[in-house]
Amino acid sequence: MLQRIRLEPSRFALHFAVFVIVALWTLPTAGLLVSSLRDKNQISASGWWTALSTSEQKGQGRTKGKADQVEKDGKFVIEGNIFEGGAPTTVSAWGTNVNKPGANAPGATADLGDGQSMTVNADGSYVWSNTKAFEDDRGRRVFYVSSVPPRFTTENYGNVMFSEGIGRSFMNSLTVTIPATIIPILIAAFAAYALAWMKLPGRGFIIAVIVGLLVVPLQMSLIPLLKIYNATGFLSKTYLGIWLAHTGFGLPFAIYLLRSYIAGLPKDLIESAQVDGANDFKIFRRIILPLSFPALASFAIFQFLWVWNDLLVAMVFLGTEPDKMVLTYKLNSLLGSRGGNWDILTASAFITIIVPLIVFFSLQRYFVRGLLAGSVKGG
Amino acid sequence: MATQLLSALVTIIVGVGGCLAYFYSSNFLLDRVFPAGASNDAAAVRNLKIQSAIRPWLFLGPALIFLIVYLIYPVIQTVWLSFHDKAGTEFVGFDNYVWAAKDSQFRQSIFNNFLWLLVVPAACTFFGLIIAVLTDRIWWGPIAKSLIFLPLAISFVGASVIWKFVYDFRGEGQQQIGILNAIVEYFGFSPQVWISLPFWNNFFLMVILVWIQTGFATVILGAALRGVPEDTLEAANIDGAGPFKIFWRIMVPQIMPTIIVVWTTITVLVLKVFDIVLTMTNGQWDTQVLANLMYSWMFTGGGDFGRGAAIAIVIMIAVMPIMVWNIRQANAEQKGAH
Repeated sequence: MLQRIRLEPSRFALHFAVFVIVALWTLPTAGLLVSSLRDKNQISASGWWTALSTSEQKGQGRTKGKADQVEKDGKFVIEGNIFEGGAPTTVSAWGTNVNKPGANAPGATADLGDGQSMTVNADGSYVWSNTKAFEDDRGRRVFYVSSVPPRFTTENYGNVMFSEGIGRSFMNSLTVTIPATIIPILIAAFAAYALAWMKLPGRGFIIAVIVGLLVVPLQMSLIPLLKIYNATGFLSKTYLGIWLAHTGFGLPFAIYLLRSYIAGLPKDLIESAQVDGANDFKIFRRIILPLSFPALASFAIFQFLWVWNDLLVAMVFLGTEPDKMVLTYKLNSLLGSRGGNWDILTASAFITIIVPLIVFFSLQRYFVRGLLAGSVKGG
Repeated sequence: MATQLLSALVTIIVGVGGCLAYFYSSNFLLDRVFPAGASNDAAAVRNLKIQSAIRPWLFLGPALIFLIVYLIYPVIQTVWLSFHDKAGTEFVGFDNYVWAAKDSQFRQSIFNNFLWLLVVPAACTFFGLIIAVLTDRIWWGPIAKSLIFLPLAISFVGASVIWKFVYDFRGEGQQQIGILNAIVEYFGFSPQVWISLPFWNNFFLMVILVWIQTGFATVILGAALRGVPEDTLEAANIDGAGPFKIFWRIMVPQIMPTIIVVWTTITVLVLKVFDIVLTMTNGQWDTQVLANLMYSWMFTGGGDFGRGAAIAIVIMIAVMPIMVWNIRQANAEQKGAH
């Protein structure tokens, strides 16, 4: 529709602008994904945008000591390889001063003063010669800059899943999310039908209250509920407690969304069923429920994402013990304890967002429909 | 772990089965006690009347119980608690509110929340509008929209990790691995510790929420824009209105109600923002907001329920105008429908 109206001076500018915006929006997530697949050392050595290029790493080795010197043409010489005992890479520069690890090119001979000179080749082999005999037992430290080819790995994922406890938290999140998504659907669907099609006193008032409850901040409920939960005991810090809490918090939106959908179903359909002698329970089961599938799916996706991504309710009602940590809380605590370990953080973060992303991409249609129908909700 | 999954499975079956059993058995009972097919007509009519008076409440019952226990009662109780002391036993009048008004953390939070309210809804709506208009006119628009929409599925905590990586700081001279500092260095400036730069760090946290919510604005506003009558746009085009004029004078006014909905929805969300602040700074470096302050008084502040409740009430009061407006809208819709 809008395409037909000539608005822009240049199509190119339009494509370019959208491209820039999309790039801005995608880069942060891309950085996370790329980093989570990189080698642990490379993540902290270079930016993720250089992941495909050979990276520079600093390292140091030590030459052999005086025991290995040989006399050759009137000079004392020690030969060997600075990578001895370590992983061989390619030296792209080297030096003998810690502040200038890149002073010399590979193959170049550096004059170390006092009659000494040294050559380090790209493969790490070195020749260290002296006009006098060497006297040190320990050799000399050699600093180098080596180029490391890019390395991609899934090690980070294995590491966080099994030794950082992300696997456990993944299970906890599933345990919280699935019942907390299914339970409210049924309860809300019945209520929505009653509010849409049945005669009852105070219907308008109940609807108004539910619309009001849509925006009530969760914070209003926390303290009193926590008191109730602590008093009952069996709800405190249990999965049952958090399922019921998520059900309660999700209901206003569920009823609102389903009611507006069910109220929009054709009146004739329900009236003709009533004429045929079906009571409301039968009408609900046979007609309303099957027809409401799109709305039910929309709500299910919303509730799933909301519960999976929730941090506050989980912290308050499920508690913070290690065996009950959900993914969001686990990730939050890793940020505290593993602040700089981006290999752990990026992989953990990606595991927490992968499920919502799959749900989102496979069911985007229903998600969007729900958004459009329920955009009064405050999230 | 297997037992945990098993218990979850059992609960699903018990929970859903319990719900189904309730609805089936209560309706069955109603049909039995007051049979519609009674022998004499008068009784049948009477029974039908009773049935249709009771059945709505059978349908609504569980939902109402949940709403009362999880939302309505707690709201009332929170109001009550906010006038009581730490443990909720002694009446202290407005003491908690007086304390709040004097507390520097609280003032900081109010100021920051105000900043968030000013920036985030406006930025989301603005970007949402621009993106909706632009993507509507190119062939790969749906893909672009999907990608911009994607952060909406990511948790606030996950998004915080993503952005913490963007903002990562290494000392000058070291290789930057955070892309923002790398760009800053590329242009010859010195790297910054973005999240602890007082005042400006608020904006770096806001970026995260804008990044998440712009997709929401794009979808809603995009749908509304598609509803603007083509004739109007063509007429304006024929009259020689330029693209900007068409956008501001015709498109924006036409979809104003939708813009308000998007704006208010994000406003409510902003007032409750908690996860991002907790994860990024936990309120340090002058980034405290009300929701996080409330949480810390509830738990880390030694469990002062009175003060926590008072802060919750402040958030509630801020949401109130939107709530009233929503209810009035819904009522007007109701009257229009019947």
